[in-house]
Amino acid sequence: MRVSSGAVSSALVALGGVLAIIGVIALLLFAGGYDVARALDALWTGSVGSWYSLTSATLVRAVPLMLTGCAIAVAFRAGVWNIGAEGQLLAGGAGATAIALTMPTAGIPALVLALAAGAAAGAAWAGIAAVLRERFGVLEVISTIMLNFVALYAVSFLVRGPLQEPTHAYPQSASIADAVHLARIPGAGRLHAGIIVAIVIVLAAGWVMRHTASGFRLMAVGENPAAAASAGMIDVRRVTSLAFMTSGALAGLAGAIEVLGVTFALYEDLSPGYGYTAIAVALLAGLDPWRVVLTSLLFAALEAGAGAMQRDAGVPSTLVAVIEALLILGVVAAQAIRVRRVSVLTDGDAPQEGLA
Amino acid sequence: MIDAIAPFLAATIRTATPLALAALGEVLVERTGLINIGLEGAVLAGAFGALAGATAGGVAGGYAGAVFGGLLIGALFAFCVLVLRADQIITGMALTLLTVGATGTLYRALYGASGAALHAPTSGPWAVPGLVSIPVIGQALFDQPVITYVTYLLAPALAWWMARTHAGLALRAIGERPDAAAAAGISVAGVRAIAVLVGGALGGLAGGTLVLAQAGTFVENMSAGRGFIALAIVVLGRWRPLGVALGALVFGAASALQFAFQAMGWGAPYQIFLAAPYLLTLAALAGAMGRARAPASLGKPP
Repeated sequence: MRVSSGAVSSALVALGGVLAIIGVIALLLFAGGYDVARALDALWTGSVGSWYSLTSATLVRAVPLMLTGCAIAVAFRAGVWNIGAEGQLLAGGAGATAIALTMPTAGIPALVLALAAGAAAGAAWAGIAAVLRERFGVLEVISTIMLNFVALYAVSFLVRGPLQEPTHAYPQSASIADAVHLARIPGAGRLHAGIIVAIVIVLAAGWVMRHTASGFRLMAVGENPAAAASAGMIDVRRVTSLAFMTSGALAGLAGAIEVLGVTFALYEDLSPGYGYTAIAVALLAGLDPWRVVLTSLLFAALEAGAGAMQRDAGVPSTLVAVIEALLILGVVAAQAIRVRRVSVLTDGDAPQEGLA
Repeated sequence: MIDAIAPFLAATIRTATPLALAALGEVLVERTGLINIGLEGAVLAGAFGALAGATAGGVAGGYAGAVFGGLLIGALFAFCVLVLRADQIITGMALTLLTVGATGTLYRALYGASGAALHAPTSGPWAVPGLVSIPVIGQALFDQPVITYVTYLLAPALAWWMARTHAGLALRAIGERPDAAAAAGISVAGVRAIAVLVGGALGGLAGGTLVLAQAGTFVENMSAGRGFIALAIVVLGRWRPLGVALGALVFGAASALQFAFQAMGWGAPYQIFLAAPYLLTLAALAGAMGRARAPASLGKPP
């Protein structure tokens, strides 16, 4: 088997990145006066150190991060600043719950319908921001953040109102029937078939972006909308709206899978902020869906390990948000510096050629 | 009915004050062509700084801590965007995330994971002699914490400064035509850096107001999207200080209405009231965008 030097070097970069992250965590722990060895041990055992933590903690968390990360990648690639994956995930969870609870039939058709309802609800929630952007010129950065808050209160209303469980004692929906659950993967703890759905869909999304005309149009619009429009054949508004709603559908699917594979009911705290972590997942993957598979695993392990660090070493789990933010800043700064170096070189060369 | 107006006005002013402070700072930033989504982070950092400062040095220490917290976020934004030339939107989001994580971690590390109610000293209302005895509105408008009066004065002062001074003209010129401003000898990056720092400091002051003039304590994520709402208010106010002050008042009134409705026992789900400011932002933006004109270089890479 031949391994290209590109694959080797990107594997080395990835390994270096992981080591750098662990180094930063150790530094922050040291600065905070925590027992570094004990905390790192908890991070390890809580994330990948045992079969149970690997499957039931890390891989279970990787599923929503993979799909929302892919959602962000698709949107950002098209030049759409969708910060609303969190709200679209909640909309998807609510949509899937509503369908799963009211289905007269059960089994695979009901499951597929519930997943589709989640994706549709996510797409519709993103669609609001897409319409506001295309028809009214509202910045989607602001509108999607506002819609995240609205989604949170809408779910809060649903689990205390129309979707509340029959006894009306708890703020949650009724339990979804076993027949509409995503099957557990045998021998892998709480891990469910949703991970297969997620991997297949994210790989497919990456293939569409790399190898199809739609993918090319999406990236052309994201790179330079004016050029894409003047090159003809590309309806920029259509492409950005489509990318926006696809992004919403992916996030909505993540919510549906959480409900049908993990919680089996709709809760207010369905997501511990997957839609925001997704931004870090997508940026670290260079907005490439295929690489999102890997970065979602990394962040899932970090978040699973952070929970263990809080339990076993008393380290606040919010430390993960600091790490994520530093990673995002590091990535965008590195990209900006690389782009500038290239443009400085070409700017410097051009006049010399002209003079010669 | 008259009895209901004074509490309603007072609640309006109370909610509008932090929004106006944050939005006025962002007006300066956006008039130079930048957008700082990290404003939400500045507000939260200001709130935490207020708690830390107030436990050490009382209310004055609290406001100093709030300004320092906001300045820190502004400085990080300026460094990433103006020096490293990182993308503005992503930098702003990352700084907000950083603040959520850092304030949460520091709060739990310093004050305990349980988050037991921690009391910060608060600045009580100070009645303005004379004005407070105006019928109906006097009590509501002029029996407020001092920071509210600062905000009353800041809006017209900024409006005057931007319209009538050389420095204000330079600021506006950069937002419209940065290349022309640079050719005229204005230090574009320098003015932008100052605007971002002042914007961060005012965002921090907004967060300080939440702790020192209202809640009397710090809660994780207590900014609750106010920085984002302030960004929307800048658009509603059409990038003008007085317009922004008016926009903040409209938002304050909308939030105050929820107390009025709840007091009247209106039987709607309470989540509608909680979601109202965000829905109002969306509706107002959709209505305002068509007619407003943003600074020409807004959001373009510096």
